[in-house]
Amino acid sequence: MASFTAAEQLARRHRFQWWETLPWIAALAAFFAFPNYLAFGTQVLITILFALSVDLVLGYAGIVTLGHAAFFGAGAYTVGMLASHFGWTEPLSGLLAAALVAGAVGLVSGLVLLRTTGLTLLMLTLCTMTLLEQAANMGAAWTGGFDGIPGLSFGKILGLFSFDVLYFRSQYLYVLTVLLICFLIARTLIYSSFGQSLTGVRENLLRMHAVGAPVRARLVIAYAISAALAGVAGGLFTQATGFVNLAVLGLERAAGVLIVLILGGYGRLYGAFVGAVAYMVLEHFLAKAYPTAWQLGIGIVLVVVALYARNGILGLAETLRGKRRQRSAS
Amino acid sequence: MNIKLTRVFAAAILAAFAAGAGAQTVKVGVVLPYTGVGAELAQQVDRGIQTFMTLNPNAFGGVKVEIVKRDSKNPSGAEAKTAVQELITQEKVDILTGFIYSPDAIASAQLVTEAKKPMVIMNAGTAWITNLSPMISRVSFSMWHAGYAMGEAAVKQMKAKTAVIGYTDYPPGKDSLDAFKRAFEGAGGKIVDEIPMGGPGQVPDFTPFFQRAKDKKPDVFFVFVPAGDHTLAVMKTYGALGMRAAGIKLVGPGDITQDIKLQAMGDDAVGLITTHHYNADLDNPLNKRFVESWKKSFGPTTTPDFMGVQGYDGMAAIAHMVTTLKGKIDADGAINALRGWKYDSPRGPISIDPRTRDIVMNEYISELVKKDGRLVQKNIGMLPAVKDMCKELQEGRCKQ
Repeated sequence: MASFTAAEQLARRHRFQWWETLPWIAALAAFFAFPNYLAFGTQVLITILFALSVDLVLGYAGIVTLGHAAFFGAGAYTVGMLASHFGWTEPLSGLLAAALVAGAVGLVSGLVLLRTTGLTLLMLTLCTMTLLEQAANMGAAWTGGFDGIPGLSFGKILGLFSFDVLYFRSQYLYVLTVLLICFLIARTLIYSSFGQSLTGVRENLLRMHAVGAPVRARLVIAYAISAALAGVAGGLFTQATGFVNLAVLGLERAAGVLIVLILGGYGRLYGAFVGAVAYMVLEHFLAKAYPTAWQLGIGIVLVVVALYARNGILGLAETLRGKRRQRSAS
Repeated sequence: MNIKLTRVFAAAILAAFAAGAGAQTVKVGVVLPYTGVGAELAQQVDRGIQTFMTLNPNAFGGVKVEIVKRDSKNPSGAEAKTAVQELITQEKVDILTGFIYSPDAIASAQLVTEAKKPMVIMNAGTAWITNLSPMISRVSFSMWHAGYAMGEAAVKQMKAKTAVIGYTDYPPGKDSLDAFKRAFEGAGGKIVDEIPMGGPGQVPDFTPFFQRAKDKKPDVFFVFVPAGDHTLAVMKTYGALGMRAAGIKLVGPGDITQDIKLQAMGDDAVGLITTHHYNADLDNPLNKRFVESWKKSFGPTTTPDFMGVQGYDGMAAIAHMVTTLKGKIDADGAINALRGWKYDSPRGPISIDPRTRDIVMNEYISELVKKDGRLVQKNIGMLPAVKDMCKELQEGRCKQ
């Protein structure tokens, strides 16, 4: 088992492992097992995609951001405003538009923001989001402001499947498919030489400069791609919910996705999946059982994770596996 | 013969059992922001619901009512929509109610139309919400109720000729602005300035806004801000700038004199004039009974405010649906039962407009005075049976 050379291991690491099909099988199984939970399930899938986009910049490129909801919101409003003001309700082209707009916002803001690092960068990402939020509030004639754009309905997916207002069946499968495509893009990107250079920047900025890598250009491109993915997540949110308001641009969403990612384990590709499912399922059922006191339970879990599982649930699993290996080796 | 008799008995017992099983249970889904910034508001509505149950144990005519509570968390609309979806598909509720934030009701409208479930709104005040679905009825208010009434009262009762409007820049603020402006100008007054005063998130320094208003020397200064810390800051600034001495009367909708925040407002607030559909100091026997029961249940220092009475009246509306339909809730029947429904509420007589499914109620003009060391609202006038003027005048999105 352990007889691969380092070069072989490097060459093999991008290959699909058998267990990588598990999340998708589980998601499909959930579709059949819990037909009454698909509205919630759709929200979980959207959060996974959003967390995945954040993982790309935070986990791999090491860009600390507190304002990623800016791109989620840009995508969400693109889809919402195209539908309400221009009657553009075709879902797939709407998503494409959301990706383009959010990606453009990411590219432009990235060109400015990524000159800075650390706390300054953190604050500036937050500022970008707040600026967009305020712009959306001031342009209430277009965005609907706090009250939002009501009663959005979208055309059939691929001209075949209409949106299921009550049970969210078609939304769930639609979002799952888009998530799979976006995941494959992200996965390919991370294991490409481009992705490796991002990890290089995260691990040792000076050395990357020394070997002559175009550090800033790489970071800006990664930021823009991540923004586009977040925009797709936002677009899906508007299409699935049939509603969009200022909350898509809020700090609560931006901070919430960080919690999800840290809980699952960032820089691990599947951290977004584990974190979103763990956090949202816990929150959902606690809130259902104790509508007024569920936050206490969430708080305790987060404290425990922060104290004993610094690298999230996946990190904990890795540590345990490492320990077992050590024991069997000795 | 004996056997026959036993059979008859058995049949009778079976029939009785069948009737027992047929004794209807009605499931009511309550969607409120039980956690987060809205928790205090949700508690008011929730206690209003409880007080109705305490005071009217027989209101449902023997039909069992089961309440399922769900947290709508933040005002994103999405959380409330998921809660409503699960209440319909998992819990199979017959009636939906609650809804503090307008976006929560707006986002859920599609769902209740599709699933055909009657929805009784207990707060959400954006005027055009009731247009979104034929399943929606509202027992609370529209932002136009108090704003429009204040505009009329300012000209007719207070003889004001000019006004400045200051408002927090979000939908309830803008709705209040539109409503007051329409009524004030309609009655012959003149608006000399409109000042946006920041967002609902943080309390701004009101001094520059109030100075700007003071420089215009209006007869009245109409202010809409969210209840709570915003109101306290408004009162302080109004006092500090000496605006009363300058002859400028501060007026606003009753949102800024929420009963639970009243005692914290301080002496600067004395003389403030508001219009609203409820305050805990309303002098009528039903309200006395309501407040008394409330204090008995939840403690002598607590007090209901307009959200509390809305929870109470919402439950009364649901009780009316249930008894009219004898526990067999069908959506159209339930909504039709509410059309034209009249009820004696602690806030006075109310009814549901048969055309718009929105509430018709009295608007009370009250002045803050100090009595026995407490701030109380003294009622100095009343506009009877006020409708949502936004829909009556077909303004903007209220057009149908």
